Amino acid sequence: MKEEHSERAGGTESTRRSFLNNLWIGLGLVALAEIVAVAFAFFRANRSRARQVDPEAIVTAGDVDKFVPNSVTAFVRGRFYLARLKDGGFLALSRKCTHLGCTVPWVEKELKFVCPCHASAFDITGNVIGSPAPRPLDIYPVSIENRIVKVDTSKVIKRSEFRAEQITQP
Amino acid sequence: MMPSQHEIPERLNLLQRIWYSIFPDAHKAQKERRDYLRLLNTLVLHFRPKVVQERTLRFNLTWGLGGMALVLVCLLFATGMMLKFAYQPVPDRAYESVVQLQDDVLFGQLVRNIHHWSANILLIVVFLHFLRVFFTGAFHSPRQFNWIIGLTMFLAILGSNFTGYLLPWDQLAFWAVTICTGMMEYIPGVGEGLQQLILGGRDIGPSTLSNFFAIHTAVIPACLIVLMPFHFWRVRKAGGLVVPRPPAENPSTKGEMVATIPNLILRELAVAAVLIALIMLVSIVFDASLGVKANPGLSPNPTKAPWYFAGMQELLLHIHPLFAVVVIPLTIVGALIFLPYFRYEANTGGVWFVSYRGRQMAVVAAVTATVATSLGIIVDEFLIDFVAWIPAIPPVVSNGLLPAAIALAAVVGFYVLIKRIYNATNNEAIQAAFVLLLCSFLVLTIIGIWFRGKGMALVLPWQFGISG
Ligand code: HEM
Ligand code: FES
Repeated sequence: MKEEHSERAGGTESTRRSFLNNLWIGLGLVALAEIVAVAFAFFRANRSRARQVDPEAIVTAGDVDKFVPNSVTAFVRGRFYLARLKDGGFLALSRKCTHLGCTVPWVEKELKFVCPCHASAFDITGNVIGSPAPRPLDIYPVSIENRIVKVDTSKVIKRSEFRAEQITQP
Repeated sequence: MMPSQHEIPERLNLLQRIWYSIFPDAHKAQKERRDYLRLLNTLVLHFRPKVVQERTLRFNLTWGLGGMALVLVCLLFATGMMLKFAYQPVPDRAYESVVQLQDDVLFGQLVRNIHHWSANILLIVVFLHFLRVFFTGAFHSPRQFNWIIGLTMFLAILGSNFTGYLLPWDQLAFWAVTICTGMMEYIPGVGEGLQQLILGGRDIGPSTLSNFFAIHTAVIPACLIVLMPFHFWRVRKAGGLVVPRPPAENPSTKGEMVATIPNLILRELAVAAVLIALIMLVSIVFDASLGVKANPGLSPNPTKAPWYFAGMQELLLHIHPLFAVVVIPLTIVGALIFLPYFRYEANTGGVWFVSYRGRQMAVVAAVTATVATSLGIIVDEFLIDFVAWIPAIPPVVSNGLLPAAIALAAVVGFYVLIKRIYNATNNEAIQAAFVLLLCSFLVLTIIGIWFRGKGMALVLPWQFGISG
């Protein structure tokens, strides 16, 4: 059919035809880009909804004096442990094992966290004392106002090692 | 053909008169029935050629595996649609709705069992089908692209099993999916973003369940509905299946052709009937497991990946996650995709295991891999600790790159060596390398499923009554 036309109408027709062809291809590409953009926006929106600030994100742990030095208290709803170190400073540790994400229980007797899944172990500061976990437990920011300890569970802080400045002193 | 009133037989009882009032043409019984049959036949022949090579009908070419996969997919669609009426994809209701289905719905447990067993058996059947296609050389031209379609479906079915694993929302499901998605964090650069996209957040929660539900019940079924007919059409376009022949025979010898109906169709129906009966039997006798409800605060010990990921999980215990879950699996999938496009001396379509020498080499490869992998695991468990031996370099290198490089060197060394010793063709040597990796994978999987106990310590299966 194409040949028939160009024979009849000669050069101008065929350039017009190829222009129209290109136009179609161009329109098709625009439509494709739109679809991709819509899909992208859709999944982004989906994600940010999940990330929305949760009113329960800031957990009020309680009075400073409630926590004995060198002890660990579990906060089940907030999914973290509040550790009070020997020097009286606070550290909020994520309970998620940095190996593959199991929940690590605190073993009171041995004063360490031991992961039930592949036996990683962490000390009270979250430092790795037994492989395969590659890095210390993540931490959350701790703030102390009027001797009330608060933990912001919306901000996870990854770290490669325990350092003194991660501790919040009362 | 004009139906005319006066052809209706005179003496009719009431039932017949009602029947014919509904189906006025039905009295032309005999002839019409033949027409329906012909209609059915032509319907079948839309998907099938009129005649097929007599030799391709032999059971020991296909083992009926492709057809079984199709039957299982159909069973999964049927039972899956039923389950959808009972299941509620939110964390507070998911587990309860499954319990309710099992306890209160008539045949609810049976339907769940059929879905469960079909899904697990499908993985095995598709894997065996993949092996038979490889070992009969059915990936050579003109079937190269169908191999790729097949691989895509295989990945889709893995994805389907995995997303379905979470849905019952019991402890087993929750923690298996936790550690499997935890593996993604190790993908450099994009890992964390990808993980959060799939989980719909940082932890497994309501968004994860709805994502998995959508993938499991819509995305993957849609892909399969498109890919399966494509796969079958390509089989037909390739002129049917590979024609089985002994290694020495000239591939161009033409065999006898026989009619598809009834020769092929009856065989397929027989396989389907036996398979469905078996699935029913298994589903009546064995219930799909349902543990206690998921508890995000308590990881069970041991926490294991689903059985089809047990090989990867085992690998993870030995080498750095970057290599265990990213580099090695991607290399293997990549190699499988390009497998039909390597340079081969001969198109061995239809010959089992390439040649007689190919068979010998395959056996050598199988024995080598089984012994070496088992020994390797035991030695690594008790003796080797690269991280402690060479503390100067980061674990990614000492426990990742180094062992991975050793493994790669072993595979390449084996390939070169066996090729030289047997003076083999590429076909034979590549098959031997494939068998080597296959058997290593099987050993890893078996150890991961049956020989890992509390804290993932190496145990004997009878010491710990745990199965994947
Ligand atoms: C849902 C999964 C699958 C289904 C339902 C399926 C179904 C089938 C069926 C019914 C056949 C006809 C012959 C036979 O029964 O063996 C076939 C042939 C074939 N399949 Fe699959 N298959 C699947 C997955 C795969 C996979 C994973 C591969 C390999 C990567 C693959 C590659 C092939 C090839 C190359 C043929 C042609 C074989 C020949 O000509 O002899 N398929 N498939
Ligand atoms: S998840 Fe904790 S050690 Fe593997």
